[in-house]
Amino acid sequence: MIETDWIWGLVGGLMIGASAAIFLLGNGRIMGASGIIGGLVDRSGLSNWDERLAFLAALVVVPALLLPFYTVEVTTNITQNLWIVVAGGVLVGIGTRLANGCTSGHGVCGISRFSLRGIVATVFYLLAGGIAMVLFRHVLGVI
Amino acid sequence: MKRVILAAASGGLFGAGLLVSGMTDTTKVQGWLDIFGAWDPTLAFVLGGAILPMLLAWNMTTRRAQSLVGVPFPSKPDPRLGHNLIVGSVLFGAGWGLVGLCPGPAIASLSWGGTGGIVFILAMIGGMLVATPIRVRIDKLAAL
Repeated sequence: MIETDWIWGLVGGLMIGASAAIFLLGNGRIMGASGIIGGLVDRSGLSNWDERLAFLAALVVVPALLLPFYTVEVTTNITQNLWIVVAGGVLVGIGTRLANGCTSGHGVCGISRFSLRGIVATVFYLLAGGIAMVLFRHVLGVI
Repeated sequence: MKRVILAAASGGLFGAGLLVSGMTDTTKVQGWLDIFGAWDPTLAFVLGGAILPMLLAWNMTTRRAQSLVGVPFPSKPDPRLGHNLIVGSVLFGAGWGLVGLCPGPAIASLSWGGTGGIVFILAMIGGMLVATPIRVRIDKLAAL
């Protein structure tokens, strides 16, 4: 961790929590990224498609508008190995729909209401992520 | 209309927060999950910071009848865990570790994520599409 990273982490985290609070108090809904996307993908959430689409459009556009304010190059540093990218994407897609939530829904919105499901999900995806790092980085050396 | 504007405000602030916090940088996410490598604790501050406003927000829902747009607040969380919650979270965590992106940051970084970012989103959508038949299979196995 470099010098001020934790401050930016905290500030960004507060912004994420505030955005979830807007969605909850404003629209009466849980701000879960995988649920908002997934409801459009498998058509289970078409009844409020306009809300979902507005959320996702702003999610793409607003960070793009912030990029010019950065003096350093902003990059995702994503792996160049597209097989890894595809495998990871498929796992994230299947996993979040089976579990009915991801980092935002279970992690942010679930833990903050002391939901057992949210807490258990977060423990398991953190554990699985840690094991994936051990296996794929330190044992197999592919990431 | 108010519903859509509030959704956009939430999505926009969410995206800004993901960028500012470092969640869209796969090296920071993998650095946090890699406790046996050069461990990066930044994400603990992100999650902790995100939970604080939501503690207040959930508390406020107990003192209000309904949301601003008139939709009732989400019902009490289901106490039952179920096998899909566990299986799904393990698969999701494995994919999150493998690439370093979860659904929110993947969408937020679309404009600068390049080919890799787009391929990830398409693969994730593909995974979401096959999740329904997979859920049916898992439920059948669990019922044995």
